[in-house]
Amino acid sequence: MIDVLNAIVAFLNFVFIPAAAYGSQLALGALGVTLIYGILRFSNFAHGDTMSFGTMVVILFTWAFQSWGISLGPLPVALLALPLGIVITALMVLASDKVVYSYYRRVKAKPIVLVMASIGVMFVLNGVVRLIIGPSDQRFADGERFIINAREFKEWSGLAEGLALKTTQGITVVTAAIVVAILFWFLNRTRTGKSMRAYSDNEDLALLSGINPERVVMITWIIVAALATIAGTLYGLDKVFKPFTYFQLLLPIFAAAIVGGLGSPLGAIAGGFVIAFSEVMVTYAWKKVVTYLVPENLEPSGLLQLLSTDYKFAVSFAILVIVLLFRPTGLFRGKSV
Amino acid sequence: MSVNWRNIGLFALMAVLILGTGMLQSWNLALTIVNMGLVSAIMALGVNMQWGYAGLFNVGVMGFIGLGGLAVVITSVPPVGEAWQAGGLQVIFALLVGIGVILGGVQIYKRMAPGRMRTLALIAFLVAGFFIYRALFDPAVDSIEAVNPASTGFLGGLGLPVVLAWPMGGLLAAAAAWAIGKTALGLRSDYLAIATLGISEIVIAMLKNEEWLGRGVKNVVGLPRPVPYEIDLQQSESFVTWAQNWGFDPVTMSSVVVKLGYAGFFVVVLLILIWMSEMALKSPWGRMMRAIRDNEVAAEAMGKDVTRRHLQVFIIGSAVVGLGGAMMTTLDGQLTPASYQPLRYTFLVWVMVIVGGSGNNWGAVLGGFLIWFCWVQVEPLGGVLMETITSGMPDGDLKDHLLDSAAHMRLLTMGLIMLLVLRFSPRGLIPEK
Repeated sequence: MIDVLNAIVAFLNFVFIPAAAYGSQLALGALGVTLIYGILRFSNFAHGDTMSFGTMVVILFTWAFQSWGISLGPLPVALLALPLGIVITALMVLASDKVVYSYYRRVKAKPIVLVMASIGVMFVLNGVVRLIIGPSDQRFADGERFIINAREFKEWSGLAEGLALKTTQGITVVTAAIVVAILFWFLNRTRTGKSMRAYSDNEDLALLSGINPERVVMITWIIVAALATIAGTLYGLDKVFKPFTYFQLLLPIFAAAIVGGLGSPLGAIAGGFVIAFSEVMVTYAWKKVVTYLVPENLEPSGLLQLLSTDYKFAVSFAILVIVLLFRPTGLFRGKSV
Repeated sequence: MSVNWRNIGLFALMAVLILGTGMLQSWNLALTIVNMGLVSAIMALGVNMQWGYAGLFNVGVMGFIGLGGLAVVITSVPPVGEAWQAGGLQVIFALLVGIGVILGGVQIYKRMAPGRMRTLALIAFLVAGFFIYRALFDPAVDSIEAVNPASTGFLGGLGLPVVLAWPMGGLLAAAAAWAIGKTALGLRSDYLAIATLGISEIVIAMLKNEEWLGRGVKNVVGLPRPVPYEIDLQQSESFVTWAQNWGFDPVTMSSVVVKLGYAGFFVVVLLILIWMSEMALKSPWGRMMRAIRDNEVAAEAMGKDVTRRHLQVFIIGSAVVGLGGAMMTTLDGQLTPASYQPLRYTFLVWVMVIVGGSGNNWGAVLGGFLIWFCWVQVEPLGGVLMETITSGMPDGDLKDHLLDSAAHMRLLTMGLIMLLVLRFSPRGLIPEK
């Protein structure tokens, strides 16, 4: 019985909690991609670098606040800097829309041209971020490190396995839940949100009913900037900020959006968690959990790791391929094909 | 055919830029740029086939370049006998089992009636197959990597002449392209982009981690080369007297001669490729490709199998990129998986194609040279620019930071070039005819 409890705690500690936090970050990122896809109708390759730009702004403000001696007690100061980061990132993406994308919308360019323009934007943003903050790791989490400390949990429960819940993981899941709730309320209940969905479903019909496309596009960019900044900051708080890692996040984020069904917000969230859980579960060494569950003489000799962690991209990729082969529109029947 | 003075002028300008580098900086640098420019031109040709002829958006260029690099190792490095004895055959057997499992899975999917039974059988078969494969594969890999890990620890290659590795790189890349094209072509155009992005990350992860194959991040250095070594030339009596007769320093001259040797090989390959692609583009096949690109629906109505043609051109283009990748690794003389960065390999090649002119082979070649030239020269220029900007500033953190970050000007410049060309001259420097 105790062994089963230990196995459950080990599973929660090493698989469930990290995957839930990672899944929330991916879901927020995929929501941004899927909104751009639904409204502006192209795959935005600059999304990873928008995340890194937003996070960079948040980090700079965090450092400023820290140097002024501002503290949020147990919470990281970055939360205070987050709104400022969102505002500046929103201004940046609106400027990039004005300078780059609006032209291609006006001439009704093919979606693939917009994708290419987004690659140009990606280069520029990547360069800007590296120019300002440099290419190396930045840690900016402060405040209390743990909500549940592994050692204290062991003492409290008397189990052999410890359960740790980092503050950043808690904040990630809670923030993501709040953001998603607000987003869905906005999309389903407000006039502007409804006009966005109408525009996404049928552009011509929406234009006929007097929806102002430029306004819809502007609001979409602002929402996407907010989502990207929040997702990037949460990822940076939970792990570490490094411009190149954010670029690489593009793959799991796109996989999440496609698995859920491009253009479907609900699908993006589901996709984020599907990708995150499979990634963590496939690259986790199950030896510890299994050892508790099987009789002593059957103890596994290897690590029971399906793939080494270096291949985590292969997991998102494999899921992506399976979905493309068997259900190209994604789990939630997004628009595509 | 009328002589196109504009295009000749553009290439002449490129030549002036390189000659200028030779005179102002050094001939060694100029030749380095030329050699990498030739390789870049080949890669750009490959991408141009996919994008320019057929409108396929491949963002996995880095992966195909990496496969080309791997081909150099497995073709030209002498085999490591001990490692083969330790587990070479077992690794190959395990890989065959792995392939067999996948083929078996496909058969189950095809033969059994759809339904829950099929799903369960398929999953059970694949899971069992995976564990059998790992049980065979892991011990063999461990024993190979245990063989003298500091200097070998991998299987080595076939020990063939290195020039043979170039077509081999094309073949490897073509095989990967076939697998990826089978899944992602025929769906939305963006899906191919995401799928290729994924495969390129996986290829690089494989190069970094599968030490039994290419030593991973421990790198393979001292790859065989098709030209003599500088040091041999410097020790050769006749070469030294020849150089001195002309009034050159033998040390500089040796490296210039070696680079010219590489350039000779590369020019031959490039000319063959251009000739072939020009012929292909003019042939009925090329017209069909452009027809498909310009209007898929109409081409399909005319009875053309669009997906099949796409797959064909995707494989050919990737093979050319793989060839370029193999040539690049030969030029470097080493395989360093950690140096493969998507911005440098995938997206820079894209900038080359866009700037040069998509759909035009000569455009891709010019783009390859020009963008590579900019990529090399922007860094010193950025440094000079930063020094001018900061010269009036007081010494301090900000000044140091700005000076340090001059190196990152490259990405910014490339992004700007790409955006400007895309916006104001979307057909590139040498537009499609």
